[in-house]
Amino acid sequence: MLAALIIILLVGGALAWPAQRLGEAWPRWVSLGVVALDLLVLAAIALSPGGQGPWLAQSEWAWIPRFGISVHLGMDGMSLLLIVLTLFLGVMAVGISWTEIGQRVGFFHCMLLWTLAGVVGVFLSLDLFLFFLFWEVMLVPMYFLIAVWGHEARYRAAIKFFIFTQGSGLLMLAAILALVFAYHEQAHIFSFDYQTLLSARLDIGTAYWIMLGFFIAFAVKLPAVPFHAWLPDAHTQASTGGSVLLAGILLKTGAYGLIRFVLLLFPHASQVFAPVAMFLAVLGIVYGALLAFAQSDLKRLVAYTSISHMGFVLLGVFSGSALALRGAVMQIVAHGIITPGLFMLVGALQERLHTRDMGHMGGLWSRVPGFGAFGMFLAVAALGLPGLVGFVGEFLVLIGTYGTHPVFAVAASLGFVASAIYALHLVQRTFHGETRGTEAVPDLSIRELALFAVIAAAVTALGLYPQPVFDLVSPALANAYQAGGLIMRLTRL
Amino acid sequence: MNGTDLLVLSPLIVLAATAVSVMVMAAFCRRHGAVALMTQAGLILSLAALGPAASHAPRIVTPLLIVDHYGIYFTGLILAATIAVAALSYDYLERRARRPEEFYVLLLTASLGAVVLVASRHFASFFLGVELLSIPLFAMIAYQKRQWRPLEAGTKYLILSGASSAIFLFGMALVYSGLGTMAFDRIAASMARGPAAGPYVLAGVALVLAGLSFKLSLVPFHMWVADVYEGAPAPVSAYIATISKGSVFALLFRYVTDTGAYRDQAVIVILTTVAVASMLIGNLLALLQGSVKRVLAYSSVAHMGYLLVALVAGGGIAVEAVGFYLAAYFVTVIGAFGVVTLLSGNPEHGDTDAVEDYQGLFWKRPWLAAVLTAMLLSLAGIPVTMGFVAKFYVMAAGVSGATWALVYVLIAASAIGLYYYLRIVIALYRPVSERLRQVPLFPSPFGGATVVLVAAFLLLWLGVYPAPLIDLLHATAENAG
Repeated sequence: MLAALIIILLVGGALAWPAQRLGEAWPRWVSLGVVALDLLVLAAIALSPGGQGPWLAQSEWAWIPRFGISVHLGMDGMSLLLIVLTLFLGVMAVGISWTEIGQRVGFFHCMLLWTLAGVVGVFLSLDLFLFFLFWEVMLVPMYFLIAVWGHEARYRAAIKFFIFTQGSGLLMLAAILALVFAYHEQAHIFSFDYQTLLSARLDIGTAYWIMLGFFIAFAVKLPAVPFHAWLPDAHTQASTGGSVLLAGILLKTGAYGLIRFVLLLFPHASQVFAPVAMFLAVLGIVYGALLAFAQSDLKRLVAYTSISHMGFVLLGVFSGSALALRGAVMQIVAHGIITPGLFMLVGALQERLHTRDMGHMGGLWSRVPGFGAFGMFLAVAALGLPGLVGFVGEFLVLIGTYGTHPVFAVAASLGFVASAIYALHLVQRTFHGETRGTEAVPDLSIRELALFAVIAAAVTALGLYPQPVFDLVSPALANAYQAGGLIMRLTRL
Repeated sequence: MNGTDLLVLSPLIVLAATAVSVMVMAAFCRRHGAVALMTQAGLILSLAALGPAASHAPRIVTPLLIVDHYGIYFTGLILAATIAVAALSYDYLERRARRPEEFYVLLLTASLGAVVLVASRHFASFFLGVELLSIPLFAMIAYQKRQWRPLEAGTKYLILSGASSAIFLFGMALVYSGLGTMAFDRIAASMARGPAAGPYVLAGVALVLAGLSFKLSLVPFHMWVADVYEGAPAPVSAYIATISKGSVFALLFRYVTDTGAYRDQAVIVILTTVAVASMLIGNLLALLQGSVKRVLAYSSVAHMGYLLVALVAGGGIAVEAVGFYLAAYFVTVIGAFGVVTLLSGNPEHGDTDAVEDYQGLFWKRPWLAAVLTAMLLSLAGIPVTMGFVAKFYVMAAGVSGATWALVYVLIAASAIGLYYYLRIVIALYRPVSERLRQVPLFPSPFGGATVVLVAAFLLLWLGVYPAPLIDLLHATAENAG
């Protein structure tokens, strides 16, 4: 059943491509249908009983017996949450690209669905070889999404994106192999199975180096400063649909990897490493926010806010506090809704004004009030206004970290201040002030209005009542600490 | 020599007989199609003879040759690759060469040399094999004798190849003067007995390695590679990249393992340095090339460096890693040069190999561009291609041998290498260039198209489900002991 989630998307992509011959709209409808079907299957799996422990479902087939590699898929609450987010954003990406992508429509939707397939594979893999395979293979369709439909400097951005993520991925491959051979020395069998490798006993020195290999790969994807150089270019140059996927889900694979692999496989080593990671996190939070403020390109601005927001995830993961870890998961969800929303807004604006430069905007509220309203809403959501989803994650991370590492928490809260500045700066320069240009600009269409309404509803609903998310991920996170043998007080929220 | 000896040698005998028959036939009946068919039939027969030979392996036949599972595996690869190159050459020569028949004699003779190489356990057969492989290649490279680029390339290869032969002949002589034997296993025994083999023997070993590095275009002996690849007809470039280098590497591996040279610290230092230099310099030189053939040439320098990582790491897994890597490299390079061959349909010009000629290819010839994309991603080591599993294998060998420095250089070099592979991939998907728009479309001939599609199929099939090949290699490595 779990494999069906990936196969549906792969086959759907292969169908969406030739569907172009029937008409421009066909690939779009096929893609929507495929994602909807995937959601149905997902619901069926999630609701059917039969899991054990935190796992809602698992399946395993032999693949390369020589190295103990198998196709081992498993879904727990955290995977489920992230797959729901992935498919949700898939719908958003198709929706927002409806008029923007006018060329090679079939190919675009094929690449989009294949990216989703790769990401779903990453979230489901419980075999390290399989995980690495999906980790790398999702880059290829994403690379095409940037290189073929992106903006003016797309080739450079696409290559940069690919080299950063693939190069760091190879470090992870070396780390995976080191782990497997270390286990082979103890148990005299090869195994790439996640659950088997959890029982590998490593001395702290070895574990530290191996952990570092994983950490760098995930930190590049997250991205954590100083591994972030690919992100502003890739996000800015990708088409809107590509940016939505990049910001919404590709970055999340890094966060997921940190929790699933770095924390769980190397609990002690990651504890030793935690101060460094938290320092990088705080650096990212402040640095991202400051650079966001300095941008005049709207898309670049949003890209830098991503660095800032993902810093909170990194902080929460390594804080050693159960509360902050839950906050990190919440922050993943929050960023996964708000930032794609902002990219969609900027993309829709660019489609109308043919510029992303805030210097050429100003006074847009009176000309396109719909954009103004949603822009304001998403900006305050991004700055963490209480009552909206962004607040929940950042607040929990800060309060949890304060209990364990007050200095880092205080430093990170500076990011809060900076985020208020860049968010209001964005609203002011774009929507307020003197009106530039006189030509008529159409406001949000019904399609766009519907997309933004859904996003706004999600931001508000989860902001007011985040409990379902915690209920979903708590068993998985509890498992995280038990497996590590760490004594961690899990307080129920 | 008895019946069983003849049986295990039958692949070589069939190959030699085919070469002679084709030569005789070409003398009397100048029909390209018939000659090409006969070549293919002989190759397939030789491939079929591997089965009976394998059932009696391992067997030492004369002091010169050994037929073991290791050798049989590489013989299979060589023969299959020769079939592919012969199929690619048919259309290419049909359009261009006035008398294409002799080409197949050269091709078969060169492959015979390659097969001798992978089966040799003695300096004499080693030298015979190398010369048998190289001499036909001079003529194959310069087969279009009316164009200056192939002629230049052929001359370069002739001179440098001659120089490298001289170097390893001298090396062999030094080893012989020191140890009094030329058989690999006896060299191992003598080296193991004496605590220090003496400076002459060590110099001899180093010179042999240098000569082999010439053939493998390892740094610092890589100067010839780009010009020769660029000047040679595309199918011949594919031949040099795959069969010539693959068989020499298989020999190098056997030489280093059987003579026990890998136990010598100095040899390991030399090989490590060469590997690091090849990986880095090969990839750096490839960065700025404007020709697909030159890119593939320098990328081959890097790939030979990656293979050396497995060789230096040693251990049982290294045999498997080398076997898989070379299989993946054969499939990928034949696929890539196959696409270049299919696009080089215009006999008035040289091969179509400038990167601009490929700009927008995907929108004009989607299948060829898709195949080339898959091949380039495989060379870059991206998953669901054989190239990924191969790189995985080499890294596994490196990690298991704890050669961390080499593994890190491999990672850095791969990241650099991505740039030039992606540069070509991106060109394929750009808007169609003026140059490509003006080029008339040549229909893909049957033979070439089949080769390219089979390569693409194998690339993906064994990339997704490599277990059969891995099991085969595991059994081969176990048999090797």
